[in-house]
Amino acid sequence: MKLFVWPCFVLTAMAEERRQKQCSVTLPTESMKAMAESVGVGQLQEESCVALSEEDALKFMHHGKRRKLTTSDIDNALKLKNVEPLYGFQSQEFIPFRFASGGGRELHFYEEKEVDLSDIINTPLPRVPLDVSLKAHWLSIEGVQPSIPENPPPATKEQQKTESTEPLKVVKPGQEEEGAIQGKGQGATAPDGKGKEKGSIRLKPRSTHELSVEQQLYYKEITEACVGSCEAKRAEALQSIATDPGLYQMLPRFSTFISEGVRVNVVQNNLALLIYLMRMVKALMDNPTLYLEKYLHELIPAVVTCIVSKQLCLRPDVDNHWALRDFAARLMAQCCKTFSTTTNNIQSRITKTLTKSWLDEKTQWTARYGCIAGLAELGPDVIKTLILPRLTVEGSRIKAVMEGSVVSNIDKIGAEHVQSLLLKHCASVIAKIRPQPDTVEQYRTDYGYLGPMLCSHVIKARTQAALQAQQVNRTTLTITQPRPTLSVSQSGLSGSGGPRTPSIIKVPSSLTLMSPRPGTPSQPSPPATKYIVMATSAGTASTQQVITLSSSQSASPVTSTVPSATSTLQPLVKVESGSGPGLAASRPLQKYIVV
Amino acid sequence: VKPGSAGSSKSAAGAPEDQQTLLAVLQFLRKNKLTESVEILRREAGLPEDALDTKGADCSAPSSGGTAGGVDGLDAGSLLSRVAVSSSAGTPAPTKVFLGCSAMGVHHLWILSAAVADDQPDVSVVLSAYSQQGDPALYKVYYSDLKKFIESVLDCHRAELSQVFYPLFVHMYLELVYNNHESEAKAFFEKFSGDQECYYEDDLRVLSSLTKKEHMRGNETLLDFRTSKFVLRISRDSYQLLKRHLQERQNNQIWNIIQEHLYIDIFDGMPRSKSQIDAMSGSLAGEAKREANKAKVYYGLLKEPEIEVPLDDEDEEAENEEGKPKKKKPKKDSMGSKSKKQDPNAPLQNRIPLPELKDSDKLDKIMYMKESTKRIRLGRENLPSICFYTFLNAYQGLTAVDFTDDSSLIAGGFADSTVRVWSVTPKKLRKVKSAADLNLIDKESDDVLERIMDEKTASESKILYGHSGPVYGISFSPDRNYLLSCSEDGTVRLWSLLTFTCLVGYKGHNYPVWDTQFSPYGYYFVSGGHDRVARLWATDHYQPLRIFAGHLADVTCTRFHPNSNYVVTGSSDRTIRLWDVLTGNCVRIFTGHKGPIHTLAFSPNGKFLASGATDGRVLLWDIGHGLMVSELKGHTDTVYALRFSRDGELLASGSMDNTVRLWDAAKAFDDLETDDFTAATGHIHLQDNSQELLLGTYMSKSTPVVHLHFTRRNLLLAAGSYAA
Repeated sequence: MKLFVWPCFVLTAMAEERRQKQCSVTLPTESMKAMAESVGVGQLQEESCVALSEEDALKFMHHGKRRKLTTSDIDNALKLKNVEPLYGFQSQEFIPFRFASGGGRELHFYEEKEVDLSDIINTPLPRVPLDVSLKAHWLSIEGVQPSIPENPPPATKEQQKTESTEPLKVVKPGQEEEGAIQGKGQGATAPDGKGKEKGSIRLKPRSTHELSVEQQLYYKEITEACVGSCEAKRAEALQSIATDPGLYQMLPRFSTFISEGVRVNVVQNNLALLIYLMRMVKALMDNPTLYLEKYLHELIPAVVTCIVSKQLCLRPDVDNHWALRDFAARLMAQCCKTFSTTTNNIQSRITKTLTKSWLDEKTQWTARYGCIAGLAELGPDVIKTLILPRLTVEGSRIKAVMEGSVVSNIDKIGAEHVQSLLLKHCASVIAKIRPQPDTVEQYRTDYGYLGPMLCSHVIKARTQAALQAQQVNRTTLTITQPRPTLSVSQSGLSGSGGPRTPSIIKVPSSLTLMSPRPGTPSQPSPPATKYIVMATSAGTASTQQVITLSSSQSASPVTSTVPSATSTLQPLVKVESGSGPGLAASRPLQKYIVV
Repeated sequence: VKPGSAGSSKSAAGAPEDQQTLLAVLQFLRKNKLTESVEILRREAGLPEDALDTKGADCSAPSSGGTAGGVDGLDAGSLLSRVAVSSSAGTPAPTKVFLGCSAMGVHHLWILSAAVADDQPDVSVVLSAYSQQGDPALYKVYYSDLKKFIESVLDCHRAELSQVFYPLFVHMYLELVYNNHESEAKAFFEKFSGDQECYYEDDLRVLSSLTKKEHMRGNETLLDFRTSKFVLRISRDSYQLLKRHLQERQNNQIWNIIQEHLYIDIFDGMPRSKSQIDAMSGSLAGEAKREANKAKVYYGLLKEPEIEVPLDDEDEEAENEEGKPKKKKPKKDSMGSKSKKQDPNAPLQNRIPLPELKDSDKLDKIMYMKESTKRIRLGRENLPSICFYTFLNAYQGLTAVDFTDDSSLIAGGFADSTVRVWSVTPKKLRKVKSAADLNLIDKESDDVLERIMDEKTASESKILYGHSGPVYGISFSPDRNYLLSCSEDGTVRLWSLLTFTCLVGYKGHNYPVWDTQFSPYGYYFVSGGHDRVARLWATDHYQPLRIFAGHLADVTCTRFHPNSNYVVTGSSDRTIRLWDVLTGNCVRIFTGHKGPIHTLAFSPNGKFLASGATDGRVLLWDIGHGLMVSELKGHTDTVYALRFSRDGELLASGSMDNTVRLWDAAKAFDDLETDDFTAATGHIHLQDNSQELLLGTYMSKSTPVVHLHFTRRNLLLAAGSYAA
């Protein structure tokens, strides 16, 4: 009897790659060879048999109306060939295979973590998967596709991008790759029909910004909710802006709404509205379907205004306009991160603007705060090169305010905020770049007035970092395995000793663990010890042996071939050894896993 | 398997000419160590004890059309199917409705079954043709010499002669492999495989895995190539040119291959252009021979039975204002007159026996007529609305979908072997009461049909369990009482939608069954599967009435013609075949697809056929003339669903690329120019007007479109499962 051990994970991985070019679906012969070698069957005959069954497996994929080849397709194809399918490789759709190379060999493998059974037992059961259900929606109404969440966005981000960057190349969805199948031979035919197209001048299509009645209503509702008084409604509206796929037609209106809104409300010092508008900007940026690049010229000035404006609220001494500045600064940083390119240079332009106003002597404390916040959010590099060198100067300025006698309350508050802002941002950066030890004197000479305070902050930051590192270490030690079903495969067999013979097909098909979690929390959790017993039982007639331990709160053990465990909680462990019916004579290896 | 074969062989013993089959059965039984059955069967058939032993010698002589030659080489599946077929030959008449044609039909079945066997003859016999030796080193020279010649001929001939490359390449390669010139074969393959047309890529890949003589044994692809001659259509001038060249050069190697392995269909007239050839090529065994598409096809529709529409006017008048009834009168007349006139292209009403209409069918017809008066007229300016039914949480397991004609029920087949039925109207699904409860019902009451239903079982959906493998095809009966499903487990199952239980399991395919469909008149159904044949069944027979054999690879989809006299099948060999239900003959072969065909649809008037394949193209065919009419390019992935609107104006196509597209079918058919030449030769010049014909593209949200259906009022329903 021919037996195959098919490393199906490689196959599924190949199928993944295959999605790129659906036309040619093939396994490279090298990987076939590698597979054959890895399982110890070098014979060509089997290789070709497998290659043929792959051909058949594709049929199953096509008829299953899938794009991905699954292991069950291979099994079905082997069945067609009257070859016994493989047992035990019931994989999920996605197999996280890994790649390694060394010694001139390349290897794809499926990393199997060692699993602590008690972890699995203690994790609550996953929810029961939902049943198949049917849902109807309108894909098109008299030829027009309604923009509802069930339908895809009318234009994808890429299309919005090409539309704005290459207006001559606008392609309607789904019309790309026209005639991809036209054979290469057709190049020989005279392009008689194409001459006409070349002659005519291609005009940039007029972009339309007409909104349907529904969209107008939606726009009205959303903008009203965003700046209205009801917080629940606002949250809903912002959620809609952040997730709705069909907004791109309304984008110009939204950006104008925001920029105008900021302009008006900064003059009127309406802090609340400014915050609402910034939240809208955030929501727009969070929406993955929108291509915002076209509207940055309106959005960035609005955001920068909220960072550095002299006055944002009516009572600067009481209102927390600092939070708005922080928030806007973070938005700005996010903007720079996502949209800055070598051509638009957003980040460097922003940095220049902020630095310039910061260096200005006449800048007020509020604007000064905004500049620093804006710069600090841009990252440690910016802090290192732009802020740290200015710490001494800024420190003396703060000192003058704090210790001077004739200053307004507002200035004092401003100075305090700037001080804490600088401490907050600089400490972590200094902790990284400055070698220990941290002495107060050294800091005072380096950073002036702020030195001593910085020193204490840096020490705090260092201890915190050390703590975090420890925690990180610990988390890597405990490996949680969320999957309730795990397939134990051959990796464990190496421990059983003896050379591996090609006839090994014995792979336990599945190890199903069902863990009834104790209902009363007072019950002590079971000891985390685990025993994995591997036994090679002599060949018996029956190769199916099921050990079932079950002891939930109410039920008594069903079958027990294992001495009763010490813990009150006994998980239900089922070990099935799936072997072919033709294997009765061979000596099956069996693994008992006892907890 | 055992009782079935024993039973059938018993009946086969009656027919004396079936001695061979009997021997085959005995051989099979013995091979499977069923000695008792062998004994019993032998005794009953009255065969001498040594019959089986001498059989080996008998068989080696290829006497009876190749059937006997391959007993050892045959696998159990095809052997059994042969037995099953021949046993129906033994019974006096398979069914009384077929009495008129039984003799002829049965005879034909026998021939067909022989053809099945012929597909897989003994490998060594097949391969021996390759044994002739040439100098292996010269193969490359021969081929490149020919290549040089063809590249140097006049443009008009070059395209035609280039067709020779692929089959020559394959046969030369196989010859090298067969004669154990492994390295030469490899070099040959590497040098020239890149020159072949891209649509042969899949076949070339299989070929590349054959590098040793031993590999050829039991290789289906190879057998296909050898047993079926590759068909080429070449004009006489081009052919003469080629012939002269080969004779001048004394290039016997190539000439032999052309003589033995290729079928060259020579026609008089202008050589075809490259685009014309490309449109028709791509199938596993070349183009169809011209004779294959010459038979007369009765594509017209059957006369509708005359049903009086009672109470109709009253209803309408009650609902509507005065204007309506006046308008309706002439309309109804026109409909009536249309159906009364006999279409010259229609088959005789009783060409194949059809089930009689029941009262419920008549009611349904009336409903249909009422609905069709409210039908929206679709067209270029008037696109339909599309309602999309998404299967949620199916986890990629949805494999087949069907709607009832009145769009009241949806059925889904799933990879987990289940079939689920949903009601999409407020009317819930109910089972019939148990036998005990049924006894209590007053059978004389008017609403007895209502009373037999068990209210307690009402639910929106029901699950049908029974298959043991993924369900690949599903079809409602026209009267909505039954549901068919076919599966990987090799069976077709008939389910009752009154009791929601399985009624029959039709066995015969033995391999995965890819598709099944009910006849538009009910009673008959067709199925096709991996065993390369399509079978016609009647619901009350557990054995097929017809076996349509001829495809060189899996039959991937099967459809009934609207007049129920024809069946069309699409296959992985990239051809479409139309079969006559009455005779079992293949009456049309359409080539042109470059990938396995996955869906087919007839136009409502029965004149045209649309087909979709993995290459993402939709092709339209004129059945009467046997011509390709149009090529609709646009989809970027496998087309899984096709449907014409109820009036045939539009064609909707659904694909794996998550789009539904609408095409102007009326325009595509109107533009058709069928002059005498094209009709005679089948060489149509296609315009590339896909973009003009495309009326709309509707993207779904990562939901491949698996099925499409036009309601009676021309609303388009689409279905697919959401792939997260």
